[in-house]
Amino acid sequence: MNALELAAVSYTYPGAPAPALRELTLELAQGEFVVLAGGSAAGKSTLLGVACGLVPHFHGGRFDGRAEICGMNLRDHGPAALAAEVGTLFQDPETQVVMGTVRAELAFPLENRGHSAVAVARGVEEVALALGIETLLERSIVELSGGELQRVALGAALAGRPRLLVLDEPTSQLDPVAGDELLSLLRRLNEEWGTTILLAEHRLERCLGAADRVIALDRGAIVCDAAPSGFLQWAHAAAPALETPGATLIAGLGLRPPPVGVKQARATLRAAGLLPEREAPPEARRPPRWHRRERSRDASLRLRHVWHELSDGPAILAGVSLSVAAGERVVLLGRNGAGKSTLLRHVAGLAEPTRGRIERCGRVALLLQNPGDYFLHDRVGDELDALALERSGLGALADRHPRDCSGGERQRLALAIVTAGEPAPSVLCLDEPTRGMDRGAKATLAQELVGFSQRGVAVLVATHDPEFAASFATRAVLLADGRVLADSSPEELLSGGWYFATETARILGGHRGILTPTQALAQLGATATATASRR
Amino acid sequence: MSYLRRASPLHAARAGVGAAYCAALVLAALVIADPLVLGVLALAVIVAGVAAGVGGRVARSLYLSAPMAVLIVAVNALVSREGLTVIARLGDAGPLGQLDITLEAVAYGAKEALVLVVIIAACALASAAVDPDELLRSLRRVSFRSALTATLATRMVPLLALDARRLGEAQRCRPNPGGRLAVMRAITANALDRSLDIAATLEVRGYGSARRPRRAPRPWSRHDLAFAASAVAIAALAIALPAPFTFYPSIHGGYGAGVWVLAGTLTLAVLAPFAQRRGILR
Repeated sequence: MNALELAAVSYTYPGAPAPALRELTLELAQGEFVVLAGGSAAGKSTLLGVACGLVPHFHGGRFDGRAEICGMNLRDHGPAALAAEVGTLFQDPETQVVMGTVRAELAFPLENRGHSAVAVARGVEEVALALGIETLLERSIVELSGGELQRVALGAALAGRPRLLVLDEPTSQLDPVAGDELLSLLRRLNEEWGTTILLAEHRLERCLGAADRVIALDRGAIVCDAAPSGFLQWAHAAAPALETPGATLIAGLGLRPPPVGVKQARATLRAAGLLPEREAPPEARRPPRWHRRERSRDASLRLRHVWHELSDGPAILAGVSLSVAAGERVVLLGRNGAGKSTLLRHVAGLAEPTRGRIERCGRVALLLQNPGDYFLHDRVGDELDALALERSGLGALADRHPRDCSGGERQRLALAIVTAGEPAPSVLCLDEPTRGMDRGAKATLAQELVGFSQRGVAVLVATHDPEFAASFATRAVLLADGRVLADSSPEELLSGGWYFATETARILGGHRGILTPTQALAQLGATATATASRR
Repeated sequence: MSYLRRASPLHAARAGVGAAYCAALVLAALVIADPLVLGVLALAVIVAGVAAGVGGRVARSLYLSAPMAVLIVAVNALVSREGLTVIARLGDAGPLGQLDITLEAVAYGAKEALVLVVIIAACALASAAVDPDELLRSLRRVSFRSALTATLATRMVPLLALDARRLGEAQRCRPNPGGRLAVMRAITANALDRSLDIAATLEVRGYGSARRPRRAPRPWSRHDLAFAASAVAIAALAIALPAPFTFYPSIHGGYGAGVWVLAGTLTLAVLAPFAQRRGILR
């Protein structure tokens, strides 16, 4: 019996003009680890919805074809019945937790199935031990961090030991450390428990190493179904936006096979004699004193020893001093809870420092994590005047409801809203702007940020995404426990670490501060040509 | 007001017992007429809050109840026509007639205010020290869906409040913030989105096929036994040994040994379960 069998499945959401899935035929064997790839609105979430029964039972709409999940026909079994065999984890951990304490949350799915009290207690203990959350069992849900909450939600999905686990971008709200931990957990569940994993993820470079198979979707249809290496070959030719940075680098150097992870990429480069020798880590360089004075004098934004201390709790910001010059593009990095969002809220004046001072030269525009929070009207055209809408390239969407736009479009609309009006902002802050965005939308956003900085706007972005940071930043600041740990160039910061490093930097071991495949090809291409001619 | 996880004997007791203990405190406040015993009970509840590690929460509830207590004293003094000992003559108040403030009316108002203070402090203690999830889970055997709805409501209220604050901040970031109605619409739309997400989560956790949960046997800990015994003792003392006290037409009450014994025994019953601190970390 397969974990999932689809035969000519088509599905259209209620009121939608076009189907979200088209004639999908697919089989997932037990124990497979399958990654779903594709741009926004490709149909990944809808396919996951079919796998857990929410489509069509919860969402309604028109469903054609035959779907069997762990031997149960989807027409006869809804999500509640399928929950015995299918565990589900969505993007937002906040909306996946329904009880007040961790123990109650893990017990909930087992109690729903009418298990005996002993079986519930045992199931809770086992899943807590398996996920390493046994110390959280008595904790209240409101005390948990985002990473802990996502683990608890995963625990609730796994409590009944499902045969199929369905995950929709589970790492999109986690920092790289928590995201990597979650992915290793999935790998362990797949290898040790034999759980079939169906995972939709935009940051493919993080999960291809664990996958047995990659299914790429485009406009609701399967366009590629292959092993990770085969998928990367296909992506290089047909969908470069889905190619991982490592694969772009190896293909650009004319090497094969496309690497599914850092280890394989390094092996390929080593075999070709192109892997740079490991260098001693460069000494951290402070900018010369005159340069710092210069930067401080021209600053659009200046924070002097800013503290934010909670009345009954810790200091979220602990003496942060930072100057950002006009036209500078600064990325703020750090794990969840490092103080990035709090810093941006202080910069925008949404919070006042308990000690210290913030000086702003002009208006500060802040785009918070959820672009949907900025929308007030039923039409995109009502959110902005026509000129601003055209200038931001959203003129064609004027009659659409803001909530019906894709993730990238919503982000652009919200950005246009906060930057519209007079006076124009002198500082632009964005908090985690790439959540749930595909690579194309991220590239567009990076270009927009460069455009703002060219108009003299100081740009300050908090993100967990090192690839996105490398694509636009001219300066990188690493925060931890409310303090600035490092303040340097992106080349220095993003090439020297493991978690806060791009895939290219990890492959090349931080060689010469190379962060992107383009930079790598420019520097290694000459070596490759020389090596090839010697051979 | 929300549950605070602390290492204390009251937190370590099962939720049903903790709730019964707090309910007994409320019952005692309602039954006891003697202001001296009530005052001692109020002090005992505050000490119990401190012993449970939620003294700040209980103190804040007292602070919030103070204006209401003052109001009760003032209103009773003004409207009560009983009592013989006039302490102030306010003269003719038109349709209300002659307004005389009597000592008995003030004392009775003060006693009622004290009742209110004890009730609010006991409720604050319950809300901070009794796990609502556990309490509601025990009620799920009686009415599964109602108890789950109550659980969800307790979880959703702070979440929606956070959402509303987030939306408010986003509106402050707009160069032209929307009107109040537009913001309310956005908050409502967001709450509906949240509800849909929660509903989807309930579906995939098997809520649609939920059955009545089976009884979960759990051995009675020393804290369960101590607080259960305390609850019974508090209720019994309050009901069985009423200290006679009358306010009208004139104040009559004994401050003899009996009242002091009752106050001392009641204090002991309220605070004794906190003496045992073994196994309080959960």
